Amino acid sequence: MSGRVLVGVKRVIDYAVKIRVKPDNSSVVTDGVKHSMNPFCEIAVEEAVKMKEKKLIKEVVAVSCGPQQAQETIRTALAMGADRGIHVEVTGKDYETLGPLQISKIMAALAKKEEAQLIILGKQAIDDDCNQTGQMTAALLDWPQGTFASEVSLEGDKIKVVREVDGGLETIKINVPAVITADLRLNTPRYATLPNIMKAKKKKIANMKPADLGVDITSRLEVLRVDEPPQRQAGVKVETVEDLVSKLKEAGLV
Amino acid sequence: MATVRPLGRIARLGSSICRNHRFFLNRSPQRRGIASCVDPAHGLTDEQREFQKVAFDFAANEMAPHMAEWDQKEIFPVETMRKAAQLGFGGIYVQPDVGGSGLSRLDTSVIFEALSTGCVSTTAYISIHNMCAWMIDTFGNTEQREKFCPELCSMEKFASYCLTEPGSGSDAASLLTTAQLKGDHYILNGSKAFISGGGDTDVYVVMCRTGGKGPKGISCLVVEKGTPGLNFGKKEKKMGWNSQPTRAVIFEDCAVPVTNRLGEEGQGFNIAMKGLNGGRINIASCSLGAAHASVQLARDHLLVRKQFGETLSNNQFLQFKLAEMATKLVASRLLVREAATALQENRPDAVSLCSMAKLFATDECFNICNQALQMHGGYGYLKDYAVQQFVRDIRVHQILEGTNEVMRMIISRNLLTESS
Repeated sequence: MSGRVLVGVKRVIDYAVKIRVKPDNSSVVTDGVKHSMNPFCEIAVEEAVKMKEKKLIKEVVAVSCGPQQAQETIRTALAMGADRGIHVEVTGKDYETLGPLQISKIMAALAKKEEAQLIILGKQAIDDDCNQTGQMTAALLDWPQGTFASEVSLEGDKIKVVREVDGGLETIKINVPAVITADLRLNTPRYATLPNIMKAKKKKIANMKPADLGVDITSRLEVLRVDEPPQRQAGVKVETVEDLVSKLKEAGLV
Repeated sequence: MATVRPLGRIARLGSSICRNHRFFLNRSPQRRGIASCVDPAHGLTDEQREFQKVAFDFAANEMAPHMAEWDQKEIFPVETMRKAAQLGFGGIYVQPDVGGSGLSRLDTSVIFEALSTGCVSTTAYISIHNMCAWMIDTFGNTEQREKFCPELCSMEKFASYCLTEPGSGSDAASLLTTAQLKGDHYILNGSKAFISGGGDTDVYVVMCRTGGKGPKGISCLVVEKGTPGLNFGKKEKKMGWNSQPTRAVIFEDCAVPVTNRLGEEGQGFNIAMKGLNGGRINIASCSLGAAHASVQLARDHLLVRKQFGETLSNNQFLQFKLAEMATKLVASRLLVREAATALQENRPDAVSLCSMAKLFATDECFNICNQALQMHGGYGYLKDYAVQQFVRDIRVHQILEGTNEVMRMIISRNLLTESS
């Protein structure tokens, strides 16, 4: 299999940052907060670059949807070895309501436009934990999907994917073109090297809007409220087992 | 997304955290949400932020987890430094045609500052290695550049810088190591003191006397390990900088080919001083990194430690102290970065600015780290906590690469001998 791989990369709040909810409970604070590439997207980029180094594919295209700052995330992917980037510009209110359904429509449109043979995404983003984009994209394209991949290998014109599922590991073989979502143990993302960061400056990032792809990004969801999880309540010490059982019965737990 | 206490959050993410084998400790200062006013990314270009990010990531993942062990067991972390070299950190401001990364002094300062948050001692050695590679790159001829620089940039070979002697520290120009010309070799006799990496490194950039007294009689020779007559003293036991060995370097009728001389005879002192301008910025940058990490650690501690019924962060004295530390850190950083820019552009004030930056940043950053240790109370004194290592490691920055007293000499000379 040769050809083009699309890798979706999402700009999220850095995982080490302490999250704060806005006073109006509408969302979390993002202004002035450190952002970086979603860790699972890093793993996706790494897998794509490794495939290119093994000469299994020809070109890695990094895609990100969002405001101007999404370009930083694309640049990181370029510094890791992606060949070029596509920035789908979405700003303001549209960006706030951007979710997996809209992204998957965009990815599907791009896959057709770029004649991609493989789409690799992170299994989920660490800000919304949706775990939907890969699956929706595959459905929209009517492509097979290998999600929660911890191992990916090409066997002839098929892809063998080892998936991490609740019951253990599942191995499947799927046809190309396909969508793969990367799980934690798929690989260890490389550091960008200084020379690669400088080379990345010269790589192209194409700009476009969702309308250019014929995609409608209106959201069907409305976020009503965002709250912090409830504070952990203090427990109660009991003297005897009978006390414990009666307290559990009171709480309706047994 | 849960807003639980940081430890809880990291534990929750533990099973799905990005880099599998990279384990982030609760107290890792390199990874906590960066307090905005001391964020070292301010004022940098996008590309510089990328460099900085790589350096911070490398420091957090590859250096910080080992910093205490390297210090306690006095390990020279060759493999880790070679990994750093693979990313381009072996010859950051060396030209690309001989394997360097060709970046600016400011880029270099940003990188060393970030790496230093992972381990000051190792980063300081990497900066000395970079300085040596640069000297060969800048003052060497084609053969010398091609022979030495690629292996130094990849850190296949390591370098040491030999200027100081038992009898000449601040008074560097009075050095006594002689290099007598005999045919096509110089015969070296003498000894150098306090050489970072000495005994474990492969390439020695040595300042020695080929001519008469004073700076004009000094030349610069590259001596390779294994040359007969090149010996080393015992490994020194130091207060800090324990991840790099320090030894005396002794020359006894050591024959070095004339082809290993960098530049002309008598040019050595000039080469040494030019190297030190950059070296001073690098050392100051290492101090900045340590101070940054210490401010993060102190801040985290104040938010957690409770006395008198509330967290220390509610104590006005400590709030003000933290504010002063942050202010001095940012002031130091600005001065160091301005000096780096001046050196890059070859401005007339570059030398003075490098001296001022080294003087100010090393002094202030030591005070910041020391104050951070104080804020930790008794815990700050324990080796379980990183802050004491930052204090011990950067103490020497006020002494080497030109003592802070010599920095004052340079600055006052600039002021008082101005021709009208």
